[in-house]
Amino acid sequence: MNDRAAGALPLDEKQSERLHVAVAGLSPMQLQWVSGYAAGLAAAGGDVQPLPVAPAATPGQQLTVLFGSQTGNGEGIAEQLVALARERGFGARAVSLADFKPAALKRESLATFVVSTHGEGDPPDDAELFHEYLMSDKAGRLSGLKYSVLALGDSSYVNFCRTGREFDARLAELGAERFESIVECDLDYDAAAAAWSTRVVDRLADLLDAPAPGAVPRLQAVPSAPVHGRESPFAAEVLVNQKITGAGSGKDVRHIELSIEGSGLDYEPGDSLAVVTGNPPQLVDELLDVLSLDREAIVAVGDEQLPLIEALTDRLEITALNLGFLRAWAAHGNSDALHSIIENDDQAVLSGFLEAHQVVDVVRRYPADVKAREFADMLRPLSPRSYSIASSAAANPGEVHLTVAAVRYEAFGRPHWGAASTLLADRLSEGDTVPVFVEKNPRFRLPAPDVPIVMIGPGTGVAPFRAFVEERVEQNAGGDSWLFFGDRTVHDDFLYQLEWQRHLKRGDLTRLDVAFSRDQRRKVYVQDRLRERGAELYRWIENGAVVYVCGDAKNMAGDVEEALIDVLAEHGEDDRDAAAARLREMRRAKRYQRDVY
Amino acid sequence: MSALDVEKIKAGSRRLRGTLLESLADPLTGAISEADTQLSKFHGIYQQDDRDVRSERTRQKLEPAYSFMIRARIPGGLLTTAQWLAMDRIAREFANDSIRLTTRQAVQFHGVIKRRLKRTIADINSAALDTLAACGDVNRNVMSPPLPGLSRVHRAVQRHAEELSAHLTPATGAYHEIWLDGKKIASSEEEVEPIYGDTYLPRKFKAAFVVPPQNDVDVYAQDLGFVTIVEDGEIAGFNVTAGGGMGMTHGDTATYPRLADVLGFCRPDEILAVAQAVVTTQRDHGDRTERKHARLKYTIDDRGVDWFRDEVQRRSGVTLGEPRGFAFVANGDAYGWHRDDTGAWHYTLFVQNGRVSDAGDRRLLSGLRRIAQTRRCEYRLTPNQNLIISKVAARDRSAVDDILAEYGIRNDAQATPLRLNSMACVGFPTCGLAMAESERYMPEFVDKLDALFAKHGLDDTAVTARMTGCANGCARPYIAEIGLVGKAPGRYSLFLGAGFAGERLAAPYLDNANEEQILEALDPLLERYAGEREDGERFGDFLVRSALVPAIAEGRLFHAG
Repeated sequence: MNDRAAGALPLDEKQSERLHVAVAGLSPMQLQWVSGYAAGLAAAGGDVQPLPVAPAATPGQQLTVLFGSQTGNGEGIAEQLVALARERGFGARAVSLADFKPAALKRESLATFVVSTHGEGDPPDDAELFHEYLMSDKAGRLSGLKYSVLALGDSSYVNFCRTGREFDARLAELGAERFESIVECDLDYDAAAAAWSTRVVDRLADLLDAPAPGAVPRLQAVPSAPVHGRESPFAAEVLVNQKITGAGSGKDVRHIELSIEGSGLDYEPGDSLAVVTGNPPQLVDELLDVLSLDREAIVAVGDEQLPLIEALTDRLEITALNLGFLRAWAAHGNSDALHSIIENDDQAVLSGFLEAHQVVDVVRRYPADVKAREFADMLRPLSPRSYSIASSAAANPGEVHLTVAAVRYEAFGRPHWGAASTLLADRLSEGDTVPVFVEKNPRFRLPAPDVPIVMIGPGTGVAPFRAFVEERVEQNAGGDSWLFFGDRTVHDDFLYQLEWQRHLKRGDLTRLDVAFSRDQRRKVYVQDRLRERGAELYRWIENGAVVYVCGDAKNMAGDVEEALIDVLAEHGEDDRDAAAARLREMRRAKRYQRDVY
Repeated sequence: MSALDVEKIKAGSRRLRGTLLESLADPLTGAISEADTQLSKFHGIYQQDDRDVRSERTRQKLEPAYSFMIRARIPGGLLTTAQWLAMDRIAREFANDSIRLTTRQAVQFHGVIKRRLKRTIADINSAALDTLAACGDVNRNVMSPPLPGLSRVHRAVQRHAEELSAHLTPATGAYHEIWLDGKKIASSEEEVEPIYGDTYLPRKFKAAFVVPPQNDVDVYAQDLGFVTIVEDGEIAGFNVTAGGGMGMTHGDTATYPRLADVLGFCRPDEILAVAQAVVTTQRDHGDRTERKHARLKYTIDDRGVDWFRDEVQRRSGVTLGEPRGFAFVANGDAYGWHRDDTGAWHYTLFVQNGRVSDAGDRRLLSGLRRIAQTRRCEYRLTPNQNLIISKVAARDRSAVDDILAEYGIRNDAQATPLRLNSMACVGFPTCGLAMAESERYMPEFVDKLDALFAKHGLDDTAVTARMTGCANGCARPYIAEIGLVGKAPGRYSLFLGAGFAGERLAAPYLDNANEEQILEALDPLLERYAGEREDGERFGDFLVRSALVPAIAEGRLFHAG
């Protein structure tokens, strides 16, 4: 270090030395976190609080035996191994790969895999998703894991035991330590499997007593020092963009998983994620075309000067129509027709018009010549779009999940698109990044773990309740939970069906009532189910349940509220007025919380 | 699911009730509970899912696209036109616009979703048919030769088949209770299941009648068979056969296809007693610990055919006589128009792989509806998945011909002799057991075989070719001259050398081969057959005589050959 540089350092020698000691041995990720931490401290005026330090990963307490096979053979071997381990006094559990969340592997310290191969070297159905995850780039380092693989197969096939071999090689590649060599079994697997199980159990004394390797203290992000917010969103990588409505659905709903690893972003169930979006390029092109404007014409957005194409693509609101633009356009074109809509005595005429039209519909229907600059000035800045977060951070470390209905529809003879929903659904692929930040929602929060909850979330309104249930699993919460879900058809629109079924099976969700409007002649909605289950629902409320509603504000929220008042009136309160008062009181006491949009 | 699990489910089911009502009412899933999937089979209902979309739906966090296969039981495959029209309507209203004719003369509907099950079953029953015991560990649809050649004898045999079917139908009231809103009996303790007992049979059970010289029902593939012995134009009685069965498991040489043994001869009035003795012997001695070893064929091989004959005679009180002589010539169908001894006409219509649906210019479903609407015939389903337009008056023949032509479904518009003697099971995408394509691939495979046959001048030669998507053998591939059994997508085991009349098992020839390897293996064999065969010699017989494949003397030696 030369003098000049040393002179530029704002630390004295002692401080410099202490810093050196402090950062020695930290990983690049930890170093990045420290730099964020220091920046946070500076912003907070340098008030140093003791850091909440994550507990050192405890030594592996048990053996996890993960199995996947087309027949029951794998499960049988896994259960025998677990029984053998327990006989010797070790903790052990067998879990089907179908029920095991792949991302949770990084929290395991000792695992064995019993997996078959079928067909031409394919994983069994119940291990298909796990296999896909493990072999993909999504799978992170597993340096804390010790493992062994028992592969089942049929040697008359070309790719004998391929899935087991792939698991074995890939786990090593990810840094996991193979404590017993892979054993490949043919159809007569009994003896080989039994010998392998015995060897595994013989090793347990070493493996479970010793502290897990690589058990370094993990630092947690400090909530008081947010690095990324509205002004500096975090570029989150898209991990998963998966359509979760079936092939026959009229809707395209996506499950989006974003990585916020290392961002310092922190969220709780009930919070929203704001997505900084651009506009659909097809819509921008159409607008330029209809208005015959030069894409390169320079316009002003705030203090900035930039080409119109850029302004329309990334900076200005063109999907949602607002009154400000409508007034400006009416004035500019001197359109009597538009004026009469704006000035109409019936407010519903105007709000109906605003809802049904996009900017492009207005300029098409009420044409006027306009200059690029004038047009840009009429539009308001594009705002980020908020989505209720569909994941629990505790259950999905480093990730945030969204449930997004892609907005695409035909109107006035042309296709329409939403901005952020089509960004997430169509314009982003796995591996791309999208700027995001967390929006806190303290008015939509889980109660104490032992308090019962009733969740009413039709359509994508179910998103936060996925987070709620995941969170309560992590909390080992004792409180009962009841979900009301509704959509069009059970076959194609039952969002997260497999997860709800699994939660119910395990008791993580106490009750689930569904209403699928198009599965029978008479349309049925969640509010109908609320009334049908009124007596039981009233008992839950009497027992202190907190009632949550999430989803459509226009129709659903009101219909549900009416139904809740009916239920209270019919099963307990004197009349509807008393019932409405009871509901108001519940809202005041935060026992009736809504997240409607 | 292990044999023990299935036995527990049966024993605890209160005679096939289980929790089917609760499963049907569960709105959170298109499936029924796992235990109920075992019981629903006894009601003729298989839970399946569209395997084409299975992994896509798992990624979509949706359960598999569950639907149900419903099999209607039709003894001898005989249907009135009114019954056919009811099946046709059900296919279009509740199923996937098609009717599947099975290799046991039954019909199947695919793609019926859970909330429409009850309506569908009720409609089938309204047509005076039912689905009880069409699947499950009981006696399935009783087969009877539909051929009209010896009309008087066939009519009598058909009556025997119907009587046997009725005699072996489970007595439980569960079926009426669940599907037809029948009165619930106060306690299922009051019910008795006189033949089956509380746990029914260890495994499925198949029975058939046959009238030589045609072996269209493949009597040697049946657990129980009655070979009609006609003397002086009258039915003298029946040779009783037992212990046939196709199913095996890839890679497990303890499992094998087996041809039935001839036990002896019985009189017509002894049929029910003998059949009941065969069923109860299997009920009491069949292996209930291993489903792959539970069919009657293993019971007989494990204890010997003499023991079995003695047991049947003891239980039935019937002394079986010496078997009478008989001979089979073919197990296929005779296509086209035939006239019977009453002067009525019958047209045997080729239905590729038993699939009755409209496809392009070949509008089979519509054409058969149109013919049925004339009400001037009846339909008979053949064991080879074909359909006979039966009892047509001479004056109505040309009208039927016109409709067949109009809908593009005349036999000669469809097929070579090879194709006419081909069969395939359902396989992908609905069958849960399928490992490889079957019904969807067979037409294309026959195209390629046709080309190979043409190359060697064998265009006019009939050879039986059968394909299944797994080793269970629903299309009876182990008694086909060319049998293909699926092992993995695009991979099949090839079996060769069975008798044309289903009287000899095929031998394993190639394992786990792809299409190219299969065609390459067949090419030189067909070339030699074309050049070296004796007059009228069948392909399977030729292969065995020339020692190109070993003759398989009995099932136990199937894997040793």
